[in-house]
Amino acid sequence: MPAGIDREHREREHPVADNAEILAGLAEIVEEVAGVAQDDVTAEKSFVDDLDIDSLSMVEIAVQAEDKFGVKIPDDELANLKTVGDAVNYVSANLK
Amino acid sequence: MSNIDVVITGLGATTPLGGDVASTWDGLLAGKSGIGPLVADWVEKFDLPVKIGAQLAEDPTERLPRVQARRLDRCEQVAVIAAREAWADAGFTVPTDDHQDVEPERLGVAIGTGVGGPVTLINQFGLLQEHGIRKVSPLTVPMLMPNGPAAHVGIELKARAGVHSPASACASGAEGIATGYEMIRSGRADVVVAGGAEACIHPITLAGFAQARTVSTRNDDPARASRPFDVDRDGFVLGEGSGVVVLERADLAKARGARIYATLSGFGITSDGYHITGNHPEGIGQIAAMRTAIEMAGLTAADVGHVNAHATSTVVGDIGEAAAIRAAIGDHTVVTALKGALGHLVGGAGAVEGIATILAIYHGLIPATLNLDNLDPKVQLDVVSGEPRKADLSAALSNSFGFGGHNTALLFTAA
Repeated sequence: MPAGIDREHREREHPVADNAEILAGLAEIVEEVAGVAQDDVTAEKSFVDDLDIDSLSMVEIAVQAEDKFGVKIPDDELANLKTVGDAVNYVSANLK
Repeated sequence: MSNIDVVITGLGATTPLGGDVASTWDGLLAGKSGIGPLVADWVEKFDLPVKIGAQLAEDPTERLPRVQARRLDRCEQVAVIAAREAWADAGFTVPTDDHQDVEPERLGVAIGTGVGGPVTLINQFGLLQEHGIRKVSPLTVPMLMPNGPAAHVGIELKARAGVHSPASACASGAEGIATGYEMIRSGRADVVVAGGAEACIHPITLAGFAQARTVSTRNDDPARASRPFDVDRDGFVLGEGSGVVVLERADLAKARGARIYATLSGFGITSDGYHITGNHPEGIGQIAAMRTAIEMAGLTAADVGHVNAHATSTVVGDIGEAAAIRAAIGDHTVVTALKGALGHLVGGAGAVEGIATILAIYHGLIPATLNLDNLDPKVQLDVVSGEPRKADLSAALSNSFGFGGHNTALLFTAA
């Protein structure tokens, strides 16, 4: 992402489109909420088993993802997102 | 009647005088004050009559990993910090899934608080009102609940013998220690991490205390506002902080070669049945609590060489307690009141002051009462002022009396 552009502006003006960007955006959120290093947030990783993220943090991640990507993740869908890749695919499939 | 002895093998604290026990104790001995002007933008905004407080010397978020700190209310943060210090001080390592120094089924926690995490409650309600439910943290309830501090310590230390969080206002920390004592004496646990925590400095709590006419408004001279037993006292100063001790079965502590600070030999808990903020005018509850503690320890009043008073610097409360001390123990005992330096840590007070009482025995040194320039003639007790007083103590008592008429007395003896 270009340096110096503030995050909110970026999200309004430059909606992300490809999976690599979604993954990078999610990695940023996961680091902020759960302290996992962004490099460790890769597609095959399980949120609970590999990244040690509990259900309360998943709710926070979903809310921040909605802010960032404009994609709402209802609770019953959230429960099905086992891996980081699942989440990337869900966001990608539901982008406006 | 139990014949199990309970000793103290670890101490931990974070207070307005310092981020650990050593800096807090050194500050007390040096006559430092933890009280200053309140550092917050809302002081002028709300035009509060009280503009002073005893805020933590060290920011708790700098002592915790960022991700952990954001999931804890400030009250929980200070409890976790103090508990960690006490645990390490006792010579125990942090438990993992594979290794625990203390068997989980034999480890308990008893950490009291006056109000828990109301600041989280207020902040999250603000977010709800301004931004809607999406901005409300999923951790809101775990952060505001008063059992939160004790629960988080229990989770970190893998304590399975039971986690208690007594709430008795300004007596909560002392009641935490008494609860831990009973857990061990009754055979429920071998080790209990016990104490109290509070972090509720906020415009509404200050406004509430101010409206009840209980706090000092000496805003032009904060360091001298809290002056227990002094003729010019005008109310207490609200503080924040936590004190935690490791209580342990004496035989197990000795077997593992632990350093023993003192023995917890008895306690007394009574209630006034009188008024929601005022003490009973004849102090019968306070007197009974002190007498019960001394009796439980198998001692007499003459044995109690030192009393660490609750004395909050209120006009009425201080002399009520002084009369009760004279009646229960006598005027031979050497008294000190540490809220002059620390402020009133509410749920943390009974535990931090308990720790100071333990250290007075351990080091043979009683810190002075800060700002005691003119002893109120109604006190009629030997209160340490100016310099710390050397004292070879075999037994010392710590008082904590809470809004609602909760009276606790803890009796410590030399190990």
